[in-house]
Amino acid sequence: MKLFRRNGLHLKRASLPPQTKDDPIHVRIRDLHKSYGDHHVLKGVSLDIHRGKTNLIIGPSGSGKTVLMRQLIRLEKPDSGRLIVNGIDMARLEGLQLAAVRRTFGMVFQMSALFDSMTVFDNVAFPLREHTNLARDEIRSRVMDRLAAFGVEAAAQQLPAQLSGGMQKRVAVARAMILESEILIYDEPTTGLDPITTEMVDELIIEAEKMFGVTSIVISHDMASVMRIANYLSFLHQGEIVATGTPEELMRSEHPATAEFIRASRISLD
Amino acid sequence: MPDAVPSAPATPDKRSKLRATVSDAGEWLIKALLSPFVEISALFKLLWESVFWGIRPPYRGWLFVEAMEFIGIGSIFLVSLTAVFVGGVLALQLVDGFRDFGAENQTGAVIGLALAREVGPVFAALMVTSRAGSAMTTELGSMRVTNQIDALITMAVNPVQYLVVPRLVAGFVMVPVLTMLFNVVGVLGAFFVAVALLGLDPGVFMDRLKWLVDWDDLSQGLIKAMVFGVAVTLIACRQGFYAQGGAAGVGRATNRAVVQSAIAILMLDYLVTSLVIGQGFF
Repeated sequence: MKLFRRNGLHLKRASLPPQTKDDPIHVRIRDLHKSYGDHHVLKGVSLDIHRGKTNLIIGPSGSGKTVLMRQLIRLEKPDSGRLIVNGIDMARLEGLQLAAVRRTFGMVFQMSALFDSMTVFDNVAFPLREHTNLARDEIRSRVMDRLAAFGVEAAAQQLPAQLSGGMQKRVAVARAMILESEILIYDEPTTGLDPITTEMVDELIIEAEKMFGVTSIVISHDMASVMRIANYLSFLHQGEIVATGTPEELMRSEHPATAEFIRASRISLD
Repeated sequence: MPDAVPSAPATPDKRSKLRATVSDAGEWLIKALLSPFVEISALFKLLWESVFWGIRPPYRGWLFVEAMEFIGIGSIFLVSLTAVFVGGVLALQLVDGFRDFGAENQTGAVIGLALAREVGPVFAALMVTSRAGSAMTTELGSMRVTNQIDALITMAVNPVQYLVVPRLVAGFVMVPVLTMLFNVVGVLGAFFVAVALLGLDPGVFMDRLKWLVDWDDLSQGLIKAMVFGVAVTLIACRQGFYAQGGAAGVGRATNRAVVQSAIAILMLDYLVTSLVIGQGFF
């Protein structure tokens, strides 16, 4: 909550019990709806995101995963429903208040979305330059520390286009975490990557959670990857969460679409 | 003469198909008629957002300098090159035309007036559109389709403030500067052709130019240049900022930006001229 005080903003709290750092639920999504014209994509999504854990949202293509991700970080405004982060309903915020709450989140896009006109160093330094008054040396030291933590310090002066997909992902995670965001969202982080890089990205997500204690939300349909990293798993089907729990619980789900999805992915608890 | 064969009555299936086709055509026509208004309202919305975010801190000075360098300094060669030839061809045509009734001494005056009021601002804006406007649309469009604009939003940086405002300000400032450059280089080109190649007296050329062209003419051109500068950068930014559909979508957006800018320059030229001289309204 220091963030909101620092910005001098008075945010209206949601009518829910106040959340603290001890609250195991970091984000509460309640009855979230989103339509595009006649196409009703999210049909009342309700979901709890567990603090300091890796929470995965899986589902077949077209189930609404990316739309849910875009609502989560308020790239789009939901038609209705609530999105409670640290006791604040993000679904109702606008302008500067929304910008302040957004800084709780870091986002790693599917294609990394690094600024291609900037070097790796400038990409990671960007949030610090925008949101802090740190001296140049302090920014340099923080950025290099973070790049070193993810093993990409040697690429600091390179442009994103000169890096491999896996390295771009590492830089994207370093950038997303430079402001010490509480929640990291990964959109399809392993799509289009080879098996070795996929495993590397999985380790990266686990490292980020362990090293910095962040809450991770991963949108994916890569079941092999899911089973490696998930603490909690939710299955999104036709715009609704139809099954949620630990990976073991989901593997035993009797919901037809969930069971079919897991069967088709040829993953077993063994 | 064979008997006329009565046509078979339309079946319900054929009728519903016909109705659907008419309905689709009607929808398409309405959309086509409304699209210019939709486009103009989107431009005004972006302009309003730019003003709103432009007056708010933080002020990122280096972005303004970069945008001015890109639009202004980067266009100097192109603007100068076109100005030399436009000035030259104007001199060629006017000396040839005026000689028929012994008025070639007025060449400098007419060229000066044409450049200051019309040709300078219109050509400078067209050159900025073709060089910088299309590049701006492509750059912003690529940023849009690769989620870089979304990344800015997730980092709590307003993309209009960061990407659009510096370019709009640069257009507003640099197109008038390029217009002045076009005027000066255009006159030099005309002077060279009229005096060195066609034998006009240099003193008469300059004297007539100074006699007819005054500050009002220059300021009319500069007002137009400011309007064009905002219009072409706004159109370029709007098309790039809202581009969709991958690389092909960016290509289409760039194409639209160039076409719309060229049309906007010519339409605004008439509008501003009629406002400034107080005539020519419908």
